[in-house]
Amino acid sequence: MATQEVRRPYPSPEREAADDGVALLRYMLLMRFLEERAMNLYRQGKVPGSFYDGFGQEAVSTGAAYAMAPEDRLCVLHRDLAAHLVRGVEPARVLAQYMGRAGGITRGRDGNVHFGDPSLGCVGMVSMLPDMMLVATGMAMAFKLRREPRVALTWFGDGSTSRGDWHEAMNWAGVQRLPVIFVLENNQYAYSTPLSKQFAVDPVQRAGAYGFPGVTVDGNDVEAVHAVTREARERALAGAGPTMIEAVTMRMHGHAAHDDMRYVPPELLEEWSRRDPVERQERRLAERGVDVEAVRNEVRAEVDRATEEALAMPMPEPSQATEGVFCEGEAVPLGDGRPVR
Amino acid sequence: MTTYLEAISDGLREEMRADDRVLCMGEDIADFGGAFKVTDGFLAEFGPDRVMDTPLAESGIVGTAIGAAVVGMRPVCEMQFADFIACGFDQLVNVAGKMHYRQGLAVPITVRLPSGGGFSGGPFHSQNPEAWFMHAPGIKVVAPSTPEDAKGLLISAIRDPNPVCFLEHKHLYRRAKGEVPAGTYETPMTARVARPGEDLVVIAYGAMVHTALEATDDLDGARVEVLDLRSLVPLDEAAILDSVRRCSKVVVVDEANRTCAAGAEVAALIAQRAFEDLDGPVVRVATPDVPIPFSPPLEQAVLPSVDRVKEACRELLEY
Repeated sequence: MATQEVRRPYPSPEREAADDGVALLRYMLLMRFLEERAMNLYRQGKVPGSFYDGFGQEAVSTGAAYAMAPEDRLCVLHRDLAAHLVRGVEPARVLAQYMGRAGGITRGRDGNVHFGDPSLGCVGMVSMLPDMMLVATGMAMAFKLRREPRVALTWFGDGSTSRGDWHEAMNWAGVQRLPVIFVLENNQYAYSTPLSKQFAVDPVQRAGAYGFPGVTVDGNDVEAVHAVTREARERALAGAGPTMIEAVTMRMHGHAAHDDMRYVPPELLEEWSRRDPVERQERRLAERGVDVEAVRNEVRAEVDRATEEALAMPMPEPSQATEGVFCEGEAVPLGDGRPVR
Repeated sequence: MTTYLEAISDGLREEMRADDRVLCMGEDIADFGGAFKVTDGFLAEFGPDRVMDTPLAESGIVGTAIGAAVVGMRPVCEMQFADFIACGFDQLVNVAGKMHYRQGLAVPITVRLPSGGGFSGGPFHSQNPEAWFMHAPGIKVVAPSTPEDAKGLLISAIRDPNPVCFLEHKHLYRRAKGEVPAGTYETPMTARVARPGEDLVVIAYGAMVHTALEATDDLDGARVEVLDLRSLVPLDEAAILDSVRRCSKVVVVDEANRTCAAGAEVAALIAQRAFEDLDGPVVRVATPDVPIPFSPPLEQAVLPSVDRVKEACRELLEY
């Protein structure tokens, strides 16, 4: 069966490096700087619609995505930009995506982080959360019935646990013991709704009721998220079924750019700002003798280059607005499918 | 002679033999063979991986089918009754239907929808939900009326790289019989002239094709054409306009509720593109906008009957 061309070498050279901790920092920084840049572009009126970011949550997508192999498949949520970067999406295309440009991943058809690059094995989310729980479950179902050593992973938020699709996916994955990892990105608020109004029983406890383990990890410690995801992946590959990981973190910005989040007590934000995942990894690496400033400078330069490149990309042609609703050719499954290890 | 139900079963079985990416998913379809026995015997031939009894979760069925499809499978989902697709609507419309447009990723799933009334199924086992999906971009909708087309259109649906809703009318399962070619073949998603004519054309699909044929078989010597749409998305506009041009009078029949039904789109198309060809108003016969009632006299009062179609044709012929 046909697969799409791999557009960028995978894994990245950093991933092969002796110290993965640097690569983890690098992807977190890339997410943070890209989102900061996108926010500036939004304020300049260059990003249509609204703007959503994952400030303060960079460790969750970085750590989890980094634990997955290229042949694994991911359904990526809106505060998980780093997952795309880990898979190999070029930063310029991310900025072009925000700006609705032709060079964005969805070529202007969808906005924000509503994207997945099929050639890199990712499916973008829809706004109906947590629909992708079921899609990831279905991927894992196919892997299992084809007896392929591959794993599917998706992220979801605390608010998602209230919807029926969450239950259907948790139950289905448990019944069929599928190689799937569900990462709960517990960032304390679903838009303005706090956890106390969302559920009476902790989702981690509920995982047990579906027949598989739920584990809680410090979502602001990228190496911890990475380690726990790697373990979950090993479990899945060994045929032991799904794992739910709860990464405890905090949404440090509003739901979207328009949201001043005055419903969040300031002392809560203050407390979480002391646990910033990027600074934490920087401190850790500095102690290991890494020149953190050099990494920061390198990433900043990359974002500057990406910005220039994205701003030079044209807007899509209006005449293309009605094209591509249906697939007219052969159905090409998610790429790359190419094992690298 | 093969029944409509046997033809669907046959098409599914042949395609599963021909392509190991095809799997069936649904409630009670494996051991039990499905509520209507379409997959009877499949478990023994194909095993539990490809004939999958799922949890009772329609969103789960459609959602996991999407996941399996984007990694290379060709899932065929069975809704036990078409009515239950309401529970899987979001996955079908928002995830599957928009996927290719947004991300260039094909979602080759087939959703089998046992639809239609006529046997006291009541408000939750009698619906014709096709128009919901005609209105949602990115989903194809087919509705065969004969065994031969049921088999061929099912195979076309499975091979199509897009999500396809396959409306199989429950009232035709054992009532419609005909010759069905052996092996695999694809029926195109285009309309078919069920009976040629020149005085009036009745445009219908699914079970209403049979109602139309019966109603106009002997209509005071009038030569009435019956156009079987077979596919609603894509809609065969050329065939519709061609029939109108030749017949000049049109009755459009829907078993679905009237407002925004498939026939409304057909009538609008004719009004805009064939106005000059018409010798009378476009007449619609459809189920009024009520839930399908349970008790036989009530149900028969709302579903388009042979007599209602006959009356509509007579009136229009006299116009």
